[in-house]
Amino acid sequence: MKATARITAVAEAGRTRLVTLRSETPLLVRKTGPSRADGEVEVHLVGGAAGPLGGDRLRIEVAVGPGARLCVRTVAASLALPGPRRAERASRQSPGDAQSTLDIHATVAAGGSLRWLPEPLIAAKGCDHVSRSLVDLESDASLTWREEVVCGRHGEDPGDASLESTVRLAGRTIMRQDVSVGPRAAGWAGPAVLGGGRATGTLLVVDPLWTEKPPEAAVLGPGAARMPLAGGPAAIAQAVGGDLREVRAALDRAFA
Amino acid sequence: MSTTLLLLADGRFPAGGHAHSGGLEAAVTAGRVRDLDDLDAFLRGRLATVGLVSAAFAAAACAGGDIHTLEAGLDARTLSPALRKASRAQGRALLRAGRTLWTLPTAERELHHPVALGVVAAAAGLTPAEAALTAAYGTVTGPASAAVRLLGLDPYATHALVARLAPDCDAVAARAATVDDLPACSAPLLDIGAETHATWEVRLFAS
Amino acid sequence: MHPEAHTHPDPHPARNATGARALRIGIGGPVGSGKTALVAALCRTLAADLRLAVVTNDIYTTEDADFLLRNGVLPADRIRAVETGCCPHTAIRDDISANLDACEDLEADLGPLDLVLVESGGDNLTATFSKGLVDRQIFVVDVAGGDKVPRKGGPGVTTADLLVVNKTDLAPLVGADLSVMARDARARRGDLPTVFLSLVEDPAATPVADWVRGLTKE
Repeated sequence: MKATARITAVAEAGRTRLVTLRSETPLLVRKTGPSRADGEVEVHLVGGAAGPLGGDRLRIEVAVGPGARLCVRTVAASLALPGPRRAERASRQSPGDAQSTLDIHATVAAGGSLRWLPEPLIAAKGCDHVSRSLVDLESDASLTWREEVVCGRHGEDPGDASLESTVRLAGRTIMRQDVSVGPRAAGWAGPAVLGGGRATGTLLVVDPLWTEKPPEAAVLGPGAARMPLAGGPAAIAQAVGGDLREVRAALDRAFA
Repeated sequence: MSTTLLLLADGRFPAGGHAHSGGLEAAVTAGRVRDLDDLDAFLRGRLATVGLVSAAFAAAACAGGDIHTLEAGLDARTLSPALRKASRAQGRALLRAGRTLWTLPTAERELHHPVALGVVAAAAGLTPAEAALTAAYGTVTGPASAAVRLLGLDPYATHALVARLAPDCDAVAARAATVDDLPACSAPLLDIGAETHATWEVRLFAS
Repeated sequence: MHPEAHTHPDPHPARNATGARALRIGIGGPVGSGKTALVAALCRTLAADLRLAVVTNDIYTTEDADFLLRNGVLPADRIRAVETGCCPHTAIRDDISANLDACEDLEADLGPLDLVLVESGGDNLTATFSKGLVDRQIFVVDVAGGDKVPRKGGPGVTTADLLVVNKTDLAPLVGADLSVMARDARARRGDLPTVFLSLVEDPAATPVADWVRGLTKE
């Protein structure tokens, strides 16, 4: 399945207006709830089908104009699953076809704000999934960006899943990291990477108000820390935990 | 393969390595590494993440890549400020040693360790593949040696473990020397552990 | 590439008459011989007329810093701790990079200094400082370790620029014969100086402080 969703938010007279909401199954975009007092508009991605399934090529494009404020959420976790058996067989002829990919490209213009707060990716047994995020911020843009992955459904070993993230500020890359779990990622469950944890996540915040001084490094618990980035007014919280609840709790209190 | 390569990769090369555990001290104290099996898993995870990134950056620096671009690349890939500091401290120590032995093309006093390694390797006449191998080998042997000191592990068993990892180390170095896009593989507990370690009052290792 | 093809830059520029860098004195010796107490005494005695700082290689805690703060009139920014990865002798002898960085950083941060004391982690009789790290070294032993320590020798006792036999006030209590220690030290050390010290009786560590002062005037 191949699908692209597009969300474009612009500011008009101090309010944010959604000028594009393009949905394509299984990526259905819905405006939810009234605008917040600060003018932020919220949309949800409503899963239109199970997945991503092996072979899926999904793409989400988000553009936040100057001064606009947008929050994107998903109604439920995405569950990465292996593809249909036919696709699996075909992939033996051309490896990579059975992989599912989700490409997210977000741009935030000066004075704009994007909060990207989806539910986690669950890497089900046998999946082969890559999520690639590329965020381009103009200087003076604000960003809150959450990524979480859960290793398998309850009691299940995960398939292969990677979250690859790049965040650029005024053209310079300030954060770049790939988190991989599953049988192809050597040592992923070991004490250097997840240490037996079943879930991990990051919450990145870029805030122009921190230009002088980003938040200081802080240990948030045995498996979580908040860390100022080197390249800009930004800090990232990173957490590893026994389950998503633990990870989410650590991320939620990182910037509270 | 050359004597120069062995010299640069030698754990006794005076470049400050002995004082860094590659995150092992934090992992030991947190109870995540207690025995040889834990160490095995620790080293495999470290090699596949930090090891690949370090090897790729060392190769790129050795091949003449722009130092400032590579520095910014490692800054963006190293979330933990404690790890950025540790990397620069080791890079500084390596540049000091390298500058005494060879003629370096840069006057920089402090660089991320993989970049410094690439620069020094090039000055020593080594190839990018050899720089990558030195980096990959160091990501494994540093914590392995620290494990002998911290956990009192049998040095023969520990070296046997490193010997078993040799093919993986070679593979990581080979991959690192050929990739076009510099990798960014993350090991969350190494970042989180480094931040925890940095808060301790008493540390045996610098990182 | 031929190493001969270029001149070798010195990784640690030598001290010169214009004071390009501070005099560095290493203070080593076995665990419990009183190195930290001696460093504190020297700071107390010398801080008034010398610009000084300390690099410590020991397991260093806020308590130790407080000890130096209380006893040594030395602000915290003049003390740097170096982690040694459980290898205290490596950090002062085989791979001195972290100590060199600490010495250079102290001078860079504090401005010109006259003296940097580098205290080793407690080790054994074989541990000595590299000449690449320090200009002179003091080896501290104590009488409670037994009066045969100078006879045993080892590079510390034999080659240190100054041997300090510490805690002489304890000699009667542990049955140590100071004259035997003096004789053995002379036999081992030839013309190199040895001083006997009790910080209980001489909290200013006068003979050691005088020796250090003499070096700073060289």
